[in-house]
Amino acid sequence: MKAAPLTDDLRTLYQEVILDHGKSPRNFRVVEHHTCKAQGNNPMCGDKVTVSARVSPTGVLEDVAFEGKGCAISIASASMMSEALSGQPATAAHKLFEAVHDLCTGKIDTDQAKAIVAPDLGDSIDKLASLSGVRQFPVRVKCATLPWHALLSCLDGKSQTTTEK
Amino acid sequence: MNKAIPKSQLPYDVAKVRADFPILAREVHGKKLVYLDSAASAQKPKQVIDAITRAYSHEYANVHRGAYYLSETATAAYEAAREKVRKFINAASLKEVVFTKGATEAINLVAATWGRTFIKAGDEVVITAVEHHSNIVPWQLLRDATGCVLRIAPVALDGSIDISEFAKVIGPKTKLVAVAHVSNVLGTVLPVQEIAELAHAVGAKLLLDGCQGIVHEHVDVQDLDCDFYVFSGHKLYGPTGIGILWARLELLEAMPPYQGGGDMIDSVTFAKTTWAPPPAKFEAGTPPIVQAIGLGAAIDYLNTLDRAAVAAHESALLRYAMTSLAQVPGIRLIGTAPGKAAVQSFVMEGAHPHDLATVLDRSGVCVRAGHHCAQPLMEILGVTATTRASFALYNTMDEVDALIAALRKAQEVLL
Repeated sequence: MKAAPLTDDLRTLYQEVILDHGKSPRNFRVVEHHTCKAQGNNPMCGDKVTVSARVSPTGVLEDVAFEGKGCAISIASASMMSEALSGQPATAAHKLFEAVHDLCTGKIDTDQAKAIVAPDLGDSIDKLASLSGVRQFPVRVKCATLPWHALLSCLDGKSQTTTEK
Repeated sequence: MNKAIPKSQLPYDVAKVRADFPILAREVHGKKLVYLDSAASAQKPKQVIDAITRAYSHEYANVHRGAYYLSETATAAYEAAREKVRKFINAASLKEVVFTKGATEAINLVAATWGRTFIKAGDEVVITAVEHHSNIVPWQLLRDATGCVLRIAPVALDGSIDISEFAKVIGPKTKLVAVAHVSNVLGTVLPVQEIAELAHAVGAKLLLDGCQGIVHEHVDVQDLDCDFYVFSGHKLYGPTGIGILWARLELLEAMPPYQGGGDMIDSVTFAKTTWAPPPAKFEAGTPPIVQAIGLGAAIDYLNTLDRAAVAAHESALLRYAMTSLAQVPGIRLIGTAPGKAAVQSFVMEGAHPHDLATVLDRSGVCVRAGHHCAQPLMEILGVTATTRASFALYNTMDEVDALIAALRKAQEVLL
């Protein structure tokens, strides 16, 4: 049977970079000598992502990694998050999440997102902006934000978090 | 006994049935709606929608109270719905039919009243590995409150329940066996007749979660030889907010009330209150009046159909779906037990069920993706989630084709 043509919003959601990170996630492991680790649950679908990180005494995220099972969106988001934040100060995580969250809900565009974060995260924003296709799929925003919730819980010293809060 | 529905020779006019369901005419994302999630909640025929509108527009007042015409009319309609349910499941008495807000509440009611009264520390409650969370968590709460033990009967990899394996978890300490009649994930029809024999042989009671069973099977609670049977209205083409607890009268009589309030009392003084007899004892407060009337209308609607023809139609849909799905590369069917109901879970290699469901939705195809409120079962099956297509009396072979076409499109997008 011949498949019907795809809609543009599906192409935007599942663009190449998302599928690439979804299928071949970077930093899919547990951080060696991690200083914190937290699991994020999405009770709606049962997806679980565990984020681990090693924070140096000076507050630098020396390494960020994740493991878990999830959809293309949550895995790609976790993968890009780990790439973006490794080597960044831990305090950058909150700002970057704010930017990603607002990109995903359609509140801001890429330029506005760049204004929220430190200048050296500009390239990361360009990449993470690929997640903003979820703005056309409101129920999927939680998939994109799940690993970020886990990371922030991890940095807060908590071991569990959920998208339902 | 679980009577097989006799094969009908009559042609089943699915187009005529579809015309009764207004929502099926709508489009989603500019595509024809293909609703394959009836196991989560079924769509409603206009007969149900009209009955609800009529009740609110012409016959609405509180029940069991007013000595005035409208209240009498509403009470009569509410109680008539109870009689429709009684007849539909062949309960021996109207007193055995309790209206609840859903199947979940019905199970919680049994756990909180019968369970707290008759289950003691060390007693065993047996469930199966295929249960919905609503038939797991209430028993865990009971376990935590009483110190009873929860035992789990295993499921085979094809989704069937092997009765000899089941027998191994039943013993002299078993006080209750609580199982699905039909699995919401796998479609497996459980061997409830054999389970009833096993349970009763050790003096245990049997509760059947009939949420899917009432839709796909012929239910005669006396023939089934169970002690409790619960189901919800909204999966049976009726409204949400209404469910049924059926129990043998002597059990209902022995159970304490679930909630206190109006309508469930015989007399109240500050010193002592005596209860109304069942079912009123379990229906504290203003009940879901119009929802009950709506459920009655859904049963009336089903009674206008040849249910044997409906069953044959649904199993033809299932057979066609199973064959068609198996031909899509990378798809693995989850739940292939013989004689199963029209519910089919599957996974697609390289595509998460959530991503699949999102792409399918853009083709107008509604399926359920996730753990189906059965996380322990997902763990046993070695998946975090599945995609599930469930078929109802209004679905068509063309809709199975639409599902397959949408899945192929999803492969283009996701793989």
